[in-house]
Amino acid sequence: MTAVGPGLLSINGLFKEYRQGEPVLKDINLSIDASGVTAIIGPSGTGKSTLIRCINRLIDPTSGQIMFRGLDLAQLTGRSLREARCHIGMVFQEYNLVERLTVIENVLCGKLGRLPIWRPLLRKFSAQDIAQAFDLIDAVGLSQDFASRRADALSGGQRQRVGIARALMQEPSLILADEPTSSLDPKTSVEIMELLDQVSRQRQVPVIVNIHNVVLARRFATRIIGMSSGKVVFDGPPEALQDKHLNEIYGGEDWQA
Amino acid sequence: MSHTALGSTKRPAAFLVHWPSRLAWIGLGLYVLYAAGQVNVSWERFVSGLPQAAKLFDRMFPPNLAPDKLDLITTGMLETIQIAVIATVVGVILSLPLSVMAARNLSPAWLAASARVFIAVCRSFHPVIVSILFVKAVGFGALAGVLALIVSSLGFVGKLFAEVLEELNEKQVEAVRSTGAGFFSVLIMAVMPQVFARFIGLSAYQFDSNLRNSTMVGIVGGGGIGAALFTAYQRFDYDVVLTILIVIIALIMLAELLANSLKKIFR
Repeated sequence: MTAVGPGLLSINGLFKEYRQGEPVLKDINLSIDASGVTAIIGPSGTGKSTLIRCINRLIDPTSGQIMFRGLDLAQLTGRSLREARCHIGMVFQEYNLVERLTVIENVLCGKLGRLPIWRPLLRKFSAQDIAQAFDLIDAVGLSQDFASRRADALSGGQRQRVGIARALMQEPSLILADEPTSSLDPKTSVEIMELLDQVSRQRQVPVIVNIHNVVLARRFATRIIGMSSGKVVFDGPPEALQDKHLNEIYGGEDWQA
Repeated sequence: MSHTALGSTKRPAAFLVHWPSRLAWIGLGLYVLYAAGQVNVSWERFVSGLPQAAKLFDRMFPPNLAPDKLDLITTGMLETIQIAVIATVVGVILSLPLSVMAARNLSPAWLAASARVFIAVCRSFHPVIVSILFVKAVGFGALAGVLALIVSSLGFVGKLFAEVLEELNEKQVEAVRSTGAGFFSVLIMAVMPQVFARFIGLSAYQFDSNLRNSTMVGIVGGGGIGAALFTAYQRFDYDVVLTILIVIIALIMLAELLANSLKKIFR
């Protein structure tokens, strides 16, 4: 694939070493377009999570460039990094909701980067933000009654919906999802992927999702990136993904359960 | 194969003797005996003291409820409560930022280390010793007691709350940070919700402890009921002593009830 002009996000020559001389990511070069669901597949420990976390700098890359909205994310610090993060929503494997906060407080967390601190301190969010939070709780398929329930009272699927609402509250230009279905049962996993696919289409937000489940990746992604030992070994549409590619990604044929 | 009768097979001992711990216990026992000899703690000494104790208890009953004594006690107790409340509120509020600074997962290493040293200094001395320092520095009265108890509150709440903060669930913090939230927003929305109930619990415990200690600081001139208690002892007014002790016990029990209901509210 030749990139036609710079995409929304372009990663050039990205390396990450946790210990010197043992790179987890080896020269990643990717360009992500401004729409669609991109699935990153690959065995555990291959650097999928590290890659996604380098993008919003929850992990600092060792070297390389991550261009997003005209800025190199890899170089940002302090205020400019937080400003860039405001535009990148993130959904987590274990939902990572603040357990003792209510659903609507968790959703409103998505606005924190754009609010002066007295607003969360006194819980004085603007009527507009609160209305938006209610709309999102609705949009992710929860009833409004959930708004004042504490996050620790929800089921896994419900929590992940709140997690998605929190990401959407940021009005992001990109959503990163790190194994969003790995802690869920098969049926709920499909529902969550459907929801991510739907919000991606309706809101024109590209989604990059790490996922173990090749079937789900094929079903919902418009592009699949296969990683193995810290390198991209496949990049193409789901139709192009064949067994020989999967053998290469997973190293053998044991991926066929 | 029923060769399980006793002595039919040679087996290793089921419970091995752990010599280091056995020696440690023996050593401790010997030291206690030696120390008791050094400070003249003996059964004969104890028995010879018993009649004196009987005389003391005899003179304590009945508790003295004369109006002028009760007046004195009421004034002293009110001051004790005021010292405890002020010291707890101020100490606990100051220990919030202090423990954030001391928590190694929230602060840079140099800041955490210096905050820890400061907390350790606050914890080094008993409140009564700190009281003596403040009485010398700012003069007799409640102010010295308040300052002394603020210092001990900083030491206790600061240290334990920093430890609570270090056990934070990082995932919740990471998620809020990933939204672009700044440090203080993360503190408010991701850190405090996780630890607030524990903080209230620690504060309630510190109030309880300040209440007990504020009955003591008076002995060295730090204000409160301690002065009256000490005077009563020195004048051999043991019936007044008993009244004061009863009031203190009642106060501590009341504080316990209050703390329990507080913990229920902020669960």
